[in-house]
Amino acid sequence: MNSREPLVKVEHLKKYFNMRKKGVLKAVDDVSFEIYPGETVGLVGESGCGKTTCGRTILGLYPATEGKIEFQGKDISQLKDKKEIIEFKKNVQMIFQDPYASLNPRMTVGDIIAEGMINHHVPGGNDRIQELLAMVGLNKEYTNRFPHEFSGGQRQRIGIARALAVDPKFIVCDEPISALDVSIQAQVVNLLVRLQEQLGLTYLFIAHDLSMVKHISDHVGVMYMGQLVEFSSSNELYKHPAHFYTKALLSAIPIPDPKLEKTKTVLPLEGEVGSPINCGPGCRFMSRCKYATEQCGIATPELKEIGKGHFVACHVLENA
Amino acid sequence: MNFILLKLKSFSRSFVLRTKSPDFERSMVIRMENQNIVLTKEMFARVGVNEQQSEKVARPSISYWQDAWRRLKQNKVAMISMGFLIFVILMCIFAPYIYPHSYDEQNLAYTNQGSTVQHIFGLDDLGRDIFARIWVGGRVSLSIGLVGAVISLAVGVIYGGISGYFGGVIDDVMMRIVEVLVGIPYMVVVILVSIVLGKGMVSLIIALCITSWTGLARLVRGQVLNLMECEYILAAKALGTPTFKIILKHLLPNILSIIIVNTTFTIPGFIFSEAFLSFIGMGIQPPNTSWGAMAALGQQQMSYYPHELLFPAAAISLTMLAFNLLGDGLRDAFDPKLRQ
Repeated sequence: MNSREPLVKVEHLKKYFNMRKKGVLKAVDDVSFEIYPGETVGLVGESGCGKTTCGRTILGLYPATEGKIEFQGKDISQLKDKKEIIEFKKNVQMIFQDPYASLNPRMTVGDIIAEGMINHHVPGGNDRIQELLAMVGLNKEYTNRFPHEFSGGQRQRIGIARALAVDPKFIVCDEPISALDVSIQAQVVNLLVRLQEQLGLTYLFIAHDLSMVKHISDHVGVMYMGQLVEFSSSNELYKHPAHFYTKALLSAIPIPDPKLEKTKTVLPLEGEVGSPINCGPGCRFMSRCKYATEQCGIATPELKEIGKGHFVACHVLENA
Repeated sequence: MNFILLKLKSFSRSFVLRTKSPDFERSMVIRMENQNIVLTKEMFARVGVNEQQSEKVARPSISYWQDAWRRLKQNKVAMISMGFLIFVILMCIFAPYIYPHSYDEQNLAYTNQGSTVQHIFGLDDLGRDIFARIWVGGRVSLSIGLVGAVISLAVGVIYGGISGYFGGVIDDVMMRIVEVLVGIPYMVVVILVSIVLGKGMVSLIIALCITSWTGLARLVRGQVLNLMECEYILAAKALGTPTFKIILKHLLPNILSIIIVNTTFTIPGFIFSEAFLSFIGMGIQPPNTSWGAMAALGQQQMSYYPHELLFPAAAISLTMLAFNLLGDGLRDAFDPKLRQ
């Protein structure tokens, strides 16, 4: 574990959406983790488990229902001073999932990248825009072009350049590669890794591609229905997964060797994902877990350390 | 992948290669201007891949508006409509000054006279020149159309924008108000307003505008709600862009095309409403005139002197048709799905 101060500290973060008559949707329910400077934390889980909501709440795009998010030791919900809020927004940025929806079709690439620089009075002007384009591997002449003239991979690079324009320290990558095809995915991930080394960035990498997360992350958190069920260093998680959900997820990774792929055993997950609306107490994975006991239905399991830096939330493992 | 570009050193013009030898590397014979030339390895040079050139995009960058204008220009029907509308507007402005007959000048000796060289469209039952009256009436019809469209545009965009941007309870309340207004038949509104303010152009515009902005307000609200979900709005928020700038730079440019198209369809609606209300006697009162009022007068003489109905009716129909066709053209020009 790192002895330095964490850059981002999330404590018991909850984000509920009020659905009026339908009840309350618990998108993120009691999630805690820490991200150290220069690290990449991967966040995996199936669709709709609250990964994106978690990332957006950390950036302050959604107000948190409960819990605390600390950035560089300061609680972001307590930032009252306008200067501090602007400073915070300059330090944290986001890279979006859909490269087609994340760029304004009526603005030129130069305007898109300059937007943040103007808001935060970053000096440099046109020279800096060209420098940023070169940094993400695009031609400098592209400043006057419009997003529709680019391919998906190029657009994602523009999105990365936009995020980098304000010199952020922490970037939430919200499934930045899932909308791209495989050959482009590798390019974009390698670009992100290179930029991290060059600029000393810290990432929260949200994805559902487990092999990609393994490649890029130092720590990995596994989410299930708004809760963090396992959090550990990347190597430990992939070698010794503890939670039954994590095991099932890992067993589903395809192996790029047809012979091995045929012989491997996939742990089947039965049942359906429950609804995060108005869910009661108890382990949320219970309905799909064959080891579930009585206790699982009564209390929500909390994250407990089972090895060095390896946290799991499961009653069965706790009692074993 | 490794692309190797081969360039023949001695020749610059293109030619057809005809392989005589099975081994390309060693030698090759080509036929050029009836001469056999042996190609040797020394004649070729490796050019390699030019990184800068491969990234170059051939087409010059054009903005969305330039692209839309380019596509509109290709649409003949829309351009003819636009030309016709410009002609009508110019005639409404200048014709009364140039044409020798005034719109209220009476020539009682020749009432109901047909087209002559002196009176191009003939005279009506009170001996007034129809050509002169068409352009004076056109002033009223067109200005009601334009003023009404501008008012409903301003109110509709602001109202719909606020409703969509803030959402939630504000949206709910504002949309219920719209629904109530939509429910009131506009004839009732027109009659009530004309009782209070008297008949005339101002009361007509007010009466038509009270309910006409609701359509655009709903449209803008829907678009804004849609755009608010877009990730680039979220990106702008993450970058710390202030609210008014988000509205100005991100929301407005993206709904502008829809607003323009909707407005070109609203204008003929206003012109028609005015014509209809004047026709049934609720609108413009004599001595002032409009196309609808002229058609109402002409209708009484329809059996014997059809030209008195024909010209104002044609003016109404052609103008409305031109606006609708132009609107169609604009919609096609702005539709991003047709972009090449």
